[in-house]
Amino acid sequence: MKKQIILLGIISLMAWSCSKSDEEFLNRPPTTILTQDQIFKTEDAALSVIGDLYNRYVDFGTIKDWRSLAGFNISYWSRFGDYAQFQNSGWGNGDWGTWNYEYIRELNLTIERIGQATALKDEVKAGFIAEVRFLRASYYFEMVKRMGGVPLILEPLTYDFSGDPSYLQYPRETEAAIYDFVISEAEALKDLLPSNADSKSRATKGAALAMQARAALYAGSIAKYGGTTPTVSLPGGEVGIPAAKANAYYTTALNAAEAIINGEAGAYDLYNKKPDLSENFAALFYDKENPEAIFVEDFKVGGGKTHGFTIENQPRSTAEEQEGGNINPSLQFVQSFELLNGTYAPLAHEVGGDPVYYDQIDDIFDGRDARLAGTVILPGSDFKSKPVDIWAGYILSDNTILTGDQRGLKKDIPGGPLNVQVVGFDGPIAGFEFTAQTGFYIRKHQDPNSGSGRRGTQSDVWFMRYRFGEVLLNAAEAAFELSELGDGAKLPKATTYLNRLRVRAGLTVPLTDVDITFDKIAHERYVELAFEGLHFYDLKRWRIAHIVQDGNPITMGEVTQNIGVATKRETQPYSIWPYKYFNPGNPNDGKYLYKILRLPNITGADRFQFGNYYSEIGQGTLDANPLLVRNPNH
Amino acid sequence: MKYTFYIVICSALLLMTSCSNELDNFDAPSSFLTGSITYNGESINVGRNRVRFELRQPGYALTGAIDVAIAQDGSFSSRLFDGKYKLSFVPNDGPFRTVATDTIYFDLKGNKTMDIEVDPYYMVRNAQITNSGSVINASCSLEKIITGADEKTIESARLFVNRTQFVDDTNEGKAWEATADISNLSAVTASVDISTVDNTPDKPEPDQNYLFARIGVKISGVEDLLYSEVVKINL
Repeated sequence: MKKQIILLGIISLMAWSCSKSDEEFLNRPPTTILTQDQIFKTEDAALSVIGDLYNRYVDFGTIKDWRSLAGFNISYWSRFGDYAQFQNSGWGNGDWGTWNYEYIRELNLTIERIGQATALKDEVKAGFIAEVRFLRASYYFEMVKRMGGVPLILEPLTYDFSGDPSYLQYPRETEAAIYDFVISEAEALKDLLPSNADSKSRATKGAALAMQARAALYAGSIAKYGGTTPTVSLPGGEVGIPAAKANAYYTTALNAAEAIINGEAGAYDLYNKKPDLSENFAALFYDKENPEAIFVEDFKVGGGKTHGFTIENQPRSTAEEQEGGNINPSLQFVQSFELLNGTYAPLAHEVGGDPVYYDQIDDIFDGRDARLAGTVILPGSDFKSKPVDIWAGYILSDNTILTGDQRGLKKDIPGGPLNVQVVGFDGPIAGFEFTAQTGFYIRKHQDPNSGSGRRGTQSDVWFMRYRFGEVLLNAAEAAFELSELGDGAKLPKATTYLNRLRVRAGLTVPLTDVDITFDKIAHERYVELAFEGLHFYDLKRWRIAHIVQDGNPITMGEVTQNIGVATKRETQPYSIWPYKYFNPGNPNDGKYLYKILRLPNITGADRFQFGNYYSEIGQGTLDANPLLVRNPNH
Repeated sequence: MKYTFYIVICSALLLMTSCSNELDNFDAPSSFLTGSITYNGESINVGRNRVRFELRQPGYALTGAIDVAIAQDGSFSSRLFDGKYKLSFVPNDGPFRTVATDTIYFDLKGNKTMDIEVDPYYMVRNAQITNSGSVINASCSLEKIITGADEKTIESARLFVNRTQFVDDTNEGKAWEATADISNLSAVTASVDISTVDNTPDKPEPDQNYLFARIGVKISGVEDLLYSEVVKINL
């Protein structure tokens, strides 16, 4: 008992000693938090806040997540964990949803606090505020694309702890109102932001105009094509834009895009530095001395910001890690690149049922749009100056196939040499991850620098959110739609802008006005902007996603049909595999032939439902704010 | 001293367990709501997992709905707590007309069977699906129910044949399909030869002597198909 009393005494003594200690000890300034005054006292500190807001920019497709660029059956995913994507039948209603009002609040708070700062120069404050407004408009644009109209909150909201939060509940604006906000912010910001074509990763006049053109184009097409899916709309206009507004939106889009094209925002132009047009198109995405980039997310090796796109997608045979080759572009995508004379043609793998034999493995791809080899790593091409090894096996004289289930496996050829390689080190082997299971790898966004495929180094290729090529396409589409809506004088503009891109792609026969159709516009966007995160929104805003992804499997007969048609079914990626012909004495011995197939792992066919056009608003969000209406078909 | 310590610990434990007992004293829901969606008492056949309605219990803080899926023969079954419910369809879901304000209120006390009358755009009548050898023939007539401002046209009709009793337009729901001739809505016909049709090259002729089939009708502007009853065919 005595012991206890002594212990109690010691404890109480200690407690007393603590509470009596000096105030200074406890009232030290925190070392992990900067106060508002400290942050907005110097330009550098304020810039770090804005840098954080830039870092939180929301992209649908981003180089940081290869899946986000490669979806909707434009490619097969050569990775064990991802085969299920091709065995299911569609997408969830909540997919692609974004509802980050925390980000909105911090953007609003930053605008307010920069405005209140006393230590910064006025022109510095104005510049910062313009940048944050650009980021805020960008995120509202991202939300309206995915969710339709959302509550438009333009100042930081604060709860007063009265127990009644209803004054913080805002209803959804109409879809048109959010697009109008994005367009009007861009209109205001283009004169507040610097007109500097060399500033790529921060907001500029060019970025504001490019955002305005894209937003107006999207709004215009929803107005024009929304009528084809009347159930994808809400009576309050939170989803759906009246058809009467199409003309005004397309006009805004064309004007904004032409402002960039005419050099009002600085010296932007198509990237055209390399004599080899395919190499040029690939370099467009990794060369940072680049007049085409308008607004990018930049990375720096050694600077603490890198990404693993090249690790995940480098050809497996020459990979710097034991992985790579995740994205395998589909046969449908590859064959959609036109011949140089501007006509569509399937890959000539057989004529009248007989296989075509090629001397070289890549001869089958000869004479196509230069963007094909710039976007896709074809069999017989190379990456980082090392050849890829994509071939599926031998076809023997009796038409049997001799192949292996391991990369570069060696076997004996019956009646031929012993212990020779019977399959490429890049496959294709069905079900073998990281091999080129469709016959192709992706080239776009891949970093040719040594070390880019190593986890210890990674890649700093930037991701272009807006580029001059897309601006040309946006201008062309807006001009075409305006001519469809009655202003026929705009059509030559569409022709001119498309031809600028097509000359860079090496196409020899220029388009004339009669060639410009909706399918032509859609095709040009499909091949030029593939794997840049924009295809999805094209399918949505033209209201053709439910036709293209209709839930039906693709038959062998139809896969090579209707090339260049915007509504061509794209529910499953197909493959085309090169084989070597082994038949000594036959004139075709040693030549290559091709076979089209659907991988056995592809058992599902994607169906895009009406409920997928606009993502579901989470039940928790609806519970918290009874003024919100649900999206259609949910 | 030691005893006091143990007594304190034990009583604290007791207190804790008694609390948790108090909190978790709900019985599991025990009442069944069953029935079918009907038109004039006749079940409306829809695709599996394609159509649902929502139940809500007004008066609670959370407004989330209880989804009730409708089976392919139009029936539904849901196990619920007793109470007052509000039933509504999701707008534009299902091959029938839904009005956003169309709401049914009901009390649930014990098991309840309730058929829900809806206004379909069409009804499939006299569906006949038979086979002669490996050829499956189907015929039906389509009766337009909703006329006037809301009336809709038929976009297409297809015959679906599958190995399992789940037959619909999804990839898993059809092993064979054929587009029907809809030039005359009172005599819609379709036929498919399951031994030669090549639309599913990876699904050869089955090693079973029975199949299931039904006709699906796509109404313009309506996402979900309307079906006839599933018929078992003995080969």
